[in-house]
Amino acid sequence: MPRAGAPILTAMPTPIYLDYLDRLEAEAIHILREVAGQFERPALLFSGGKDSIALTRLAEKAFRPGKFPFPLVHIDTGHNFQEIIDFRDSLAASLGEKLIVRKVEDTIRTRGLHEPGGKYPSRNPLQTYTLLDVIEEFEFDACIGGARRDEEKARAKERIFSVRDDFGQWDPKRQRPELWNIYNGRIQKGENVRVFPISNWTELDVWNYIQRENIKLPDIYFAHERQCVVLPSGQLLGLSEHLNLDDTDEIVSRRVRFRTVGDSTCTAAVESGAASIDDIIQDLLLAKVSERGATRLDDNLSETGMEDRKRNGYF
Amino acid sequence: MDLLRFITCGSVDDGKSTLIGRLLYDSDSVSLDVLATLEKKRTATNSTDVDLALLTDGLKAEREQGITIDVAHKYFTTPRRKFIITDAPGHVQYTRNMVTGASNADLAIVLVDARQGVIEQTRRHTLLASLLGIKHFVLAVNKLDLVGYDEAVFERIVADYQAVAQQLKLADVVAIPLSALHGDNVVRRSKQIAWYQGPSLLEHLESVPATIDANPNEPRFQVQYVIRPQTEELPDYRGYAGRIQSGTYRAGDKVRIWPSGLETVIDAIEVNQQPVAAAVAPQGVILRLRDDIDISRGDTVVPLAAHPAVVREFEATLCWMDERPLRAGRKLLVQHHAAVVKASVTAILQKINIETFESQGTDEAKLNDIVRVRIKTALPLVADEYRQNRVTGAFILVDDQTGATLAAGLIAATDPEYFTQEVPAETAFSI
Repeated sequence: MPRAGAPILTAMPTPIYLDYLDRLEAEAIHILREVAGQFERPALLFSGGKDSIALTRLAEKAFRPGKFPFPLVHIDTGHNFQEIIDFRDSLAASLGEKLIVRKVEDTIRTRGLHEPGGKYPSRNPLQTYTLLDVIEEFEFDACIGGARRDEEKARAKERIFSVRDDFGQWDPKRQRPELWNIYNGRIQKGENVRVFPISNWTELDVWNYIQRENIKLPDIYFAHERQCVVLPSGQLLGLSEHLNLDDTDEIVSRRVRFRTVGDSTCTAAVESGAASIDDIIQDLLLAKVSERGATRLDDNLSETGMEDRKRNGYF
Repeated sequence: MDLLRFITCGSVDDGKSTLIGRLLYDSDSVSLDVLATLEKKRTATNSTDVDLALLTDGLKAEREQGITIDVAHKYFTTPRRKFIITDAPGHVQYTRNMVTGASNADLAIVLVDARQGVIEQTRRHTLLASLLGIKHFVLAVNKLDLVGYDEAVFERIVADYQAVAQQLKLADVVAIPLSALHGDNVVRRSKQIAWYQGPSLLEHLESVPATIDANPNEPRFQVQYVIRPQTEELPDYRGYAGRIQSGTYRAGDKVRIWPSGLETVIDAIEVNQQPVAAAVAPQGVILRLRDDIDISRGDTVVPLAAHPAVVREFEATLCWMDERPLRAGRKLLVQHHAAVVKASVTAILQKINIETFESQGTDEAKLNDIVRVRIKTALPLVADEYRQNRVTGAFILVDDQTGATLAAGLIAATDPEYFTQEVPAETAFSI
């Protein structure tokens, strides 16, 4: 063995150095190509959020100059901010890829579901029905999602290829062992697989990647003035027509940004002056409140909120 | 900044979850809201310290039983490195989870309770980690506070472990005395353990060399997906997309396609639609080849100078992961990354006792057993021995009916000359 610091490859060209983002990227590209190689009818679940936008960049790296071997599928709660919908449409158009949109309100109507009530009526739990319907409609055998293991404790144990039964249910005790980088996507009729190529990325990794790749994001990720409702917890919720407010609610105008993008009735904004990706990364390095803790009302309802929803077929 | 993946081995009783919690906590990787939840728990249970183990025990059943069942992943970053922690359970019935966790790790932290010393479990974890090809080991002697920070206790445990390390020929073992509960030598060096001059656990994790390439001298590339846009602008484009599994590929390299044996030249290597002169493992690339030959998913492209074994029969070490035992004659599928072939386990040769490291004759493999077997495949595989290449030496066995993953497989011998002959029962197992 040469001593540390001694030149090893004197006659060779400069060695190629792969930093941690290169390695995370390589892992994600490998996973996306495994989906293309193993499944007949995959789909990429696209929320319009930064994680799924980063996934489309990874898909470009995996498949260009070819087309994506899957459509983008958006489960639209109808509670999204308009900026997100506009961004979704223009991104799909500029990629030249097929976009399938299915609306939760249609599912509510056709299945006779109960529209959630209350002051902040979240359609997040109902997305599961729409998702299962769209899987059945197009017979998708694999759905790629942008979930990350660092988001939540139950996610920390999720496989990269996660097999779901007919009802989309996840059974944490019956997960397949996932060895090396070998992904087993073999399924029986009725089952399908959820695939999470950026499982090993953290929120900061995603932002570092967005910065490095110069990826465009919807404006609501950056600081802007917005009319917000102050929740009893002190969190801020962007004002929208989907909230059922009354006289006791305090409406304020604040400089905010969103850390995650979901159903606007349950995704809180955070006060921030961060107007660029650099600012956001600085914010994150200093910020000590986790992404879900800061912004997700539904996970705060119970300590096992996510695990329960995943068992029932959630993403 | 680079990346290090490590696994923590040990049981809850050794304080494994507390150790991980301490690493996250002292490296400022825990967010305020999570800290608030811990604090609430502390007040509710009337404890003096927050329970750091709660940072890792994720699932409901685990919280109820107070044990870690499945493999969990945790992430933290220091200015030097990004770390991926795989937290695998310690009990013998979870050997398969430990094997799963170790398969992707560069380093293993083997946790020992200072009051217990080296026990059977320590030997088992070390064997499994070493079997899965982990090169760097940390012997973390925990709960030193409970033995009065006694140097003699530490030295005795280190000496005991040395015997294990020698038996398994471990090249790199670093022993660190610590107390996860009080934070001694986890992130910060301990004042209580003045007799210890070495690095804290985190200092060591930040400086140990991370393995990136499974075998720089033997390039391997397997086709995952063929890209054919068939558009007006690119009517004839054909690109072979895949991951470089080991080594370096250069444009202009003469290559052979396996298992067909056909020869061609790499005209171009594309990364993100740009041609590059060279690419290395584990980059994802597209290879453009000079000749229009039949190549599909699962085929391997190697430079003429490289020497893969292309075989239809080989011996392997399995960790059996299914409830239903394996018996000789079983038909199943070998998934060797992108290549999936029908196969049969023709013989079960030995079972390895994971506590004594000795092998004995057996005719079946039960859940969590480590066995040496012989496998025949319907089509040739481009196989390397696992000790030569941690990527291309690895495969899984899959049930062709249910699709379940049945076993982790490590290719042990591809040359019939080295196949197991009549094996005396007491032959020590070697990997």
